[in-house]
Amino acid sequence: MRTDGHTTPLLQVSGLTKHFGKYTALDNVDFDLAEGEILAVVGESGSGKSTLARTILRLVEASSGSVRYRGKDLFSLSAREMRGMRQNLQMIFQDPYASLHPRRKVAELISEPWRVHKGVLKRSQWGERVRELLGQVGLPESYANYHPARLSGGERQRVAIARALALQPDLLILDEPVSALDVSIQAQVIKLLMSLQQEFGFTCIFISHDLALVRLLADRVAVMYQGRIVELEKTAKLFAAPANGYTRLLLDSSPSLEGEVAAAPGRSSDLTTAARSRTELES
Amino acid sequence: MYLTQPIPASPASTGARIKAYFAQTRLSLLVRSPIALISALVLIALVLIALIGAPLALETANFQSLRLRFFPPFSLEHGWIYVLGADGLGRSMLAQLIVGARTSFIVAGAAVGLAAVVGTSIGMISGFVGGWVDAALMRVSDIIVTVPSLLLALAVLFVLEPSIFNLVAVLAVSRLPIYLRVARAQTLELRERVFVEASRAIGATNLRIIWRDIRPLVLPTVMTVSMLELASVMLAAAGLSFLGVGLQRPDVDWGTIVSEGREYLTRAWWATVFPGMAIVITALAANFLSNWLRASGDPLQAGALAAATARQEDALK
Repeated sequence: MRTDGHTTPLLQVSGLTKHFGKYTALDNVDFDLAEGEILAVVGESGSGKSTLARTILRLVEASSGSVRYRGKDLFSLSAREMRGMRQNLQMIFQDPYASLHPRRKVAELISEPWRVHKGVLKRSQWGERVRELLGQVGLPESYANYHPARLSGGERQRVAIARALALQPDLLILDEPVSALDVSIQAQVIKLLMSLQQEFGFTCIFISHDLALVRLLADRVAVMYQGRIVELEKTAKLFAAPANGYTRLLLDSSPSLEGEVAAAPGRSSDLTTAARSRTELES
Repeated sequence: MYLTQPIPASPASTGARIKAYFAQTRLSLLVRSPIALISALVLIALVLIALIGAPLALETANFQSLRLRFFPPFSLEHGWIYVLGADGLGRSMLAQLIVGARTSFIVAGAAVGLAAVVGTSIGMISGFVGGWVDAALMRVSDIIVTVPSLLLALAVLFVLEPSIFNLVAVLAVSRLPIYLRVARAQTLELRERVFVEASRAIGATNLRIIWRDIRPLVLPTVMTVSMLELASVMLAAAGLSFLGVGLQRPDVDWGTIVSEGREYLTRAWWATVFPGMAIVITALAANFLSNWLRASGDPLQAGALAAATARQEDALK
């Protein structure tokens, strides 16, 4: 919908390569990302999806290639400049049980970004802003004084989302943000993320295994296999007519949703809709 | 089915249960674990005696009287201060033990504190940074470990003047590697955790990550090790004083008293036995307490500890 291609790209990834010893985790990855776009990255385990996310954010140093954010090469920045740049680029991790420091309270976790980036927000306003963010991610204000141990997986991921949004980033990388959560919670968290995306308009790289979800959310889909992007296409087109052999294999190998939905009616409205539209398409 | 049930908005009952669970760990567990409780009380009592009693007892401790030479213990003939007898110069054993307690605790406490702070800091940096910095620091640590600490202390104190300051410095240096290794080993594991990566993604510097993410999780282990070390450092300090390179009069610690009493061992056993007992009791209490700290700090073992305590209580009923 927003992928007209005429706007200046927010992110330009070109020739991105990462070797771990002899193993090539990323092999010459190229893509552009338009402002406000949601790009889904799919592929089997070990195909380099997470490495791609971490390399773009320089959590892992790339072997070669470049990543330009609004025309600025991230790999040429000094460590200090890169730390400042991280204000605009945030990430949500797969496992909210691991990504939140166990000894810190929710309020401290959410305000940590302001502690790091001094001058973004006056300390006197932290409390109010934390409450506001908690409201935005659908958590009660009383949670501010809890340690993560008291929260469920879904609630923890909401805290992680609030922390990522605290700096109002332009680009949010979601590394399988719901795959560690209960199925019953997944839809809620995804709904929240999408309503936040509509509200704030941040650009998204959405890494996922869940093809039904990807089909529902993404503007474009990149299919990765053995460290390469084998197909990058608008969502509707990719699902309707996959050009690449591996993409077809991936689409066919995803568990048949129709049968599952038939067995458990009314499980999740989002997934049902996605499955229904796919059934319609295939028939 | 699963989804149709309303999800509780605020886990008030869960929160209460968790609170109750935490209430029954640590402190209440200590109260129900007799050995640990007694150890803690003994240590607190000794520290209080050392802090409050030492200034009051200082004059008496140095008061010499030939009339009271080798005055035997357990007699109130010359007042309660001579209840543990007197040494070869007629000085009150009890008063000297009290003054010695303060010095022993100050020396051991300062040495352990210094070693813990410096060792943990270096250890965390070494483990976090890795590479040649880590390799270099660990080799230095290996060298310190290889030299027997008592020998090192003997050599240094023989060359330098044996003062409290030098004693603390030497003991601290010889005890550094323990903290260095403990902190490094934990940091090596912690730095790979996702919350460290999350901090980096936020834009935190390495120092901030070490201080705010890693330190809080390394500290409990270091505390336990420190408690254990308190006992062995106190023994080491006593050993140095016993060998004559530790403290010199008028400074006195338990080791000095044992050392002086040794000369009259056959005539006046109390001049060595009482200070010796003080050292043994303190070391034992610190050992028991640190063992309990370790067990109760470990979630797995804390459960076992609670269960064992509960079983004991059931058996008593």
